[in-house]
Amino acid sequence: MKAINEMKLTVPSRSANEGFARAAVAAFIAPLDPTIGELADIKTAVSEAVTNCIVHAYRDGIGVIYIQAKILEQGRVVIRVRDTGCGIEDVKKAMEPLFTTCENGERAGLGFAVMESFMDKLRVSSRPGRGTTVTMEKTILSKGA
Amino acid sequence: MDVQLTVEEETMTAFLSGEIDHHGAGEIRRKIDEMAQRVRPQKMILDFGGVTFMDSSGIGLVMGRYRLLQSFGGALCLRHVSSPLKKVMRLAGLDRIAQIEDTRPGEKQEGKRS
Ligand SMILES: Nc1ncnc2c1ncn2[C@@H]1O[C@H](COP(=O)(O)OP(=O)(O)OP(=O)(O)O)[C@@H](O)[C@H]1O
Ligand SMILES: [Mg+2]
Repeated sequence: MKAINEMKLTVPSRSANEGFARAAVAAFIAPLDPTIGELADIKTAVSEAVTNCIVHAYRDGIGVIYIQAKILEQGRVVIRVRDTGCGIEDVKKAMEPLFTTCENGERAGLGFAVMESFMDKLRVSSRPGRGTTVTMEKTILSKGA
Repeated sequence: MDVQLTVEEETMTAFLSGEIDHHGAGEIRRKIDEMAQRVRPQKMILDFGGVTFMDSSGIGLVMGRYRLLQSFGGALCLRHVSSPLKKVMRLAGLDRIAQIEDTRPGEKQEGKRS
């Protein structure tokens, strides 16, 4: 499907960019006139994906996070968040609710569960040592629908 | 992100504001724990009245404080939780470990246009 609009954003994996990335995507989809709930869903999902790059993919340093968003016909929004960090050994297991490799007890292991339930579609592809790509999709229902 | 702490008798309240994500969670956690370990409150209220955004880092923050309170027998209460925040909290089952109080007055419900 042809994109009506499209944006790309590249940021270093500094935690200050979590807020910037979700605000940038929210501003990009604003012309679709999302509800407060739809906007919160998308901002939360973007925040989860970007935070995972910072906390997990580049846990030992700073790397580059590639964010891409597209608006397709009928209010379809596709968002891709990619890193070239450590990658995930077992994606299926990583996506299970409450699974986390974080050991200090301050992570819930719910990032993927949030992305899955707040968006219509979620796809995760990863190669250990090469990086991870998260692709999410959500349809913003047209005004008055 | 900001947190203001008050202690009144056995109750400690943390007034949270701004956006709660991984970037800000560490500092909130340090401030709350420093006080909680000192006063060991019977009840801790996390007041989300000023919070405009929260992701799973906020869930981790709540669960971690729940565990800390449990270690000395205190109870956790979540107050002024807006509906987008409630959605994240329900997904995590936070309503099972803490009492979630009223929605903020005048808050727009999901489905209404911004
Ligand atoms: N981009 C990534 N690169 C490498 N590993 C990842 C990446 N994203 C997720 N993971 C792995 O998948 C696990 C689950 O991720 P998820 O976001 O669901 O939970 P979490 O980040 O551990 O906790 P939370 O998101 O609740 O704070 C992580 O603990 C990590 O091991
Ligand atoms: Mg995560």
